[in-house]
Amino acid sequence: MSQRQVLQVFEQYQKARIQFVQTVAELATRPQNIETLQNAGVMSLLRPLLLDVVPTIQQTAALALGRLANYSDDLAEAVVKGDILPQLVYSLAEQNRFYKKAAAFVLRAVAKHSADLAQAVVDCGGLDALVICLEEFDPGVKEAAAWALGYIARHNAHLSQAVVDAGAVPLLVLCIQEPEVALKRIAASALSDISKHSPELAQTVVDSGSIAHLSQMILNPDAKLKRQVFSALSQISKHSVDLAEMVVEAEIFPSVLVCLRDPDEYVRKNVATLMREIARHTPELSQMIVNTGGVAAVIDYLGDCHGNVRLPGIMMLGYVAAHSENLSMAIIISKGVPQLAICLSSESEDHIKAATVWAFGQIGRHTPEHARAVAMANVLPKLLVLYMDTDSSEDLQIKAKKALKSVLQKCTYLPALEPLLYDAPSNILKHVIYQFSKVLPHDSKARRLFVTSGGLKKVQELKAEPGSALQEYINSINNCYPEEIVRFYSPGYSETLLERVDKYQPV
Amino acid sequence: MAGLVRLQNEIERIKKEYFNRNRLAENNRQVENEAAIKIQSWFRGCQVRAYLSHLQRKATIIQKTWRGFKGRADFRQMAKAAYFIMKMNFYHKMSVRIQRRWRGYYVRKRIHNYYARKRYMEGLVRKNEQIRRDLDDYSEVQRREREKQALERIEREKNLQAQRLHFLLSTKQCPGIFNSPFRPGPDEMELRLRRTKPQPSTTSPRNRTSLLGNRSPLAHTSAGVPTALGAKPLPPIPSKKPQGPFREPAEVWAQRQRCLEPSLRVQTSITDLEQAREQLYSEMWRNRVVEARFQPFSKAHQNRKYEGLVHTSSSFQTVPYGSKHFREEHPENLQGKKGTICFSSS
Repeated sequence: MSQRQVLQVFEQYQKARIQFVQTVAELATRPQNIETLQNAGVMSLLRPLLLDVVPTIQQTAALALGRLANYSDDLAEAVVKGDILPQLVYSLAEQNRFYKKAAAFVLRAVAKHSADLAQAVVDCGGLDALVICLEEFDPGVKEAAAWALGYIARHNAHLSQAVVDAGAVPLLVLCIQEPEVALKRIAASALSDISKHSPELAQTVVDSGSIAHLSQMILNPDAKLKRQVFSALSQISKHSVDLAEMVVEAEIFPSVLVCLRDPDEYVRKNVATLMREIARHTPELSQMIVNTGGVAAVIDYLGDCHGNVRLPGIMMLGYVAAHSENLSMAIIISKGVPQLAICLSSESEDHIKAATVWAFGQIGRHTPEHARAVAMANVLPKLLVLYMDTDSSEDLQIKAKKALKSVLQKCTYLPALEPLLYDAPSNILKHVIYQFSKVLPHDSKARRLFVTSGGLKKVQELKAEPGSALQEYINSINNCYPEEIVRFYSPGYSETLLERVDKYQPV
Repeated sequence: MAGLVRLQNEIERIKKEYFNRNRLAENNRQVENEAAIKIQSWFRGCQVRAYLSHLQRKATIIQKTWRGFKGRADFRQMAKAAYFIMKMNFYHKMSVRIQRRWRGYYVRKRIHNYYARKRYMEGLVRKNEQIRRDLDDYSEVQRREREKQALERIEREKNLQAQRLHFLLSTKQCPGIFNSPFRPGPDEMELRLRRTKPQPSTTSPRNRTSLLGNRSPLAHTSAGVPTALGAKPLPPIPSKKPQGPFREPAEVWAQRQRCLEPSLRVQTSITDLEQAREQLYSEMWRNRVVEARFQPFSKAHQNRKYEGLVHTSSSFQTVPYGSKHFREEHPENLQGKKGTICFSSS
């Protein structure tokens, strides 16, 4: 046999391997093939190929593994159980950049599914290798490593702390400053994932100077980058007043509002979330947002979008209104109440309704003026319907009741209270009657109107236990009118009159 | 003695008498003693009662004085306290009045200043309007930009399509598929086909150096020569000689195709010398080991001697007059003159 023939055997073997690995990687892209591949024992076949002499085969095998692990929890578990991770981690430090990318992809795919799997990646020393990859020159490798780190940090504070301890944060901040948009995006997302768990982690992220770089990218034309940037800023600022103030001090404020008009709705949502997280800490921060015209922008934004995207905007209005009556008034004069009323009627999901109802409660609870503004938007009957509706969730019912109570206790706008007399249950009616009993003694026109609209009749029909608060309120209303009128409107008066007719003996 | 005798006589009687009296006394003793006790007890009782009543009277006097004193003191105290309370009430009332005024003033001025609040709210409304307007403007601009970009993209795609379909352009003899004879005008694609040029073939390797644009003149000639020498474009098909005093077409063609042969002077850059010098300096700077410059000896530069030019024969040199001396002296002119005293020599 000649040398050529001998070599031909090897060549054939290599070609076959390459073809196998490439086909498997190709097949793994389609979810319907995964089951078959798994049953065919693809894991045990791919594992030795990770140690192949040919770099192309190694890379493609890693890619195929990554795709498989990406697909489901079980397959990721199988990768962990197959002892593939230490091998990958070992080669992550050794091999060329293509292989690093593929290996980081596998780690990411494994870590994505659950905290346990991410912990497995951490346990086999994946973090240090990934952090070293962040120092690589190639942006693709950095991107893959940052992505994997972000997925590891996403699960809980413990894992996130492990990522921070591995020294990833300063390198991620460096990655944000790279020119590649994809890398920036993923680094920002990783920072967001790290800082979302606890104030300490967020403080670590802030200490590495990330806020300045993140705030520079607010006006970047890339929408996906903006999503991640705003998400990171909101995750940082959600923890404490200090962190929120640091975010605000990066001078993000008037320019953030521009992004509320972004075509991408997730950008808008994340901006609204950021504003919510900042506004909820202190009245001063809320005041700052109001002074920059943020409330008007958020109200316009509520008009532009639908569904879950609205939620952070609604909550932001609620938080701002909760702080002080001035801020609440600012929302009212920015035409926030009609917009919220539209949200309440157009949204179908209970949690959004609950947030809207809560926001109404916060807006209307300060003074009669605020309550009047809420009542004039014809919100009270809607709140009552939501409270009475058996289909609405428990949370929504509680929130509707609280909102109704807090608005009613301040409301002196009688035309809005009047309809509530007829269909409110007794625990709400109590507050309505109380408001009437407070207003009627001092307002003659209202007294007249109360009689002509049939309110007095309704009040006489109420059954109140003697000595209860409701009875007292009814009495104080009755005291505002002459006795004949009260008697005239009390039920059964016609019978007594007829009885008198019967008993009457003409002389 | 008689006395004694009388006494003697009497002694018996005296004895009797004595005994009688003693007996009587003994008999009466009990009664008398009791009577005496009665009298004494009565007397003492009277005495003690009188003393006690005396004491009582005195005690009453003391008590009444003390009580009067105490009562007056208490009353004074009470009156004082009542007066104090009255005063304090008054002061409290007054202080409430002052505090009321002050708090009202302070709250209206600082905390809930109605006019300031109103101004703030008006300002806020204006600010809101402005920000809404700004945002509208901004989003409008953004929208227009996006639309423009989309249009441009569509246009580019259409152009690319037209470039690919350039063979469907209608000719004078044969209308293309976009130029239907049954329509009044040609299709839009037809017009586009007419405008666009066909795609340059991507198979031929591009001349990379020509893309760079900043070639040095030397590179130009070296790149230009082989094409001029080796691959000459084909000469035009010879037609008949054009009328007039023109040269042969082939000659003209050869002249047109002749490659540029610049002289050395044209080839060289005008700043060649400076560049070479700069390069030399930079090399020197790079290769230098000792940073400190060479310093000449202390006074070497002062007694520099003028070196005459090589190419000229004139012997111009610096004149010492004015720098070395200020008086014109020509000792050689004076030599041998009569009437002068020569101190210098002989």
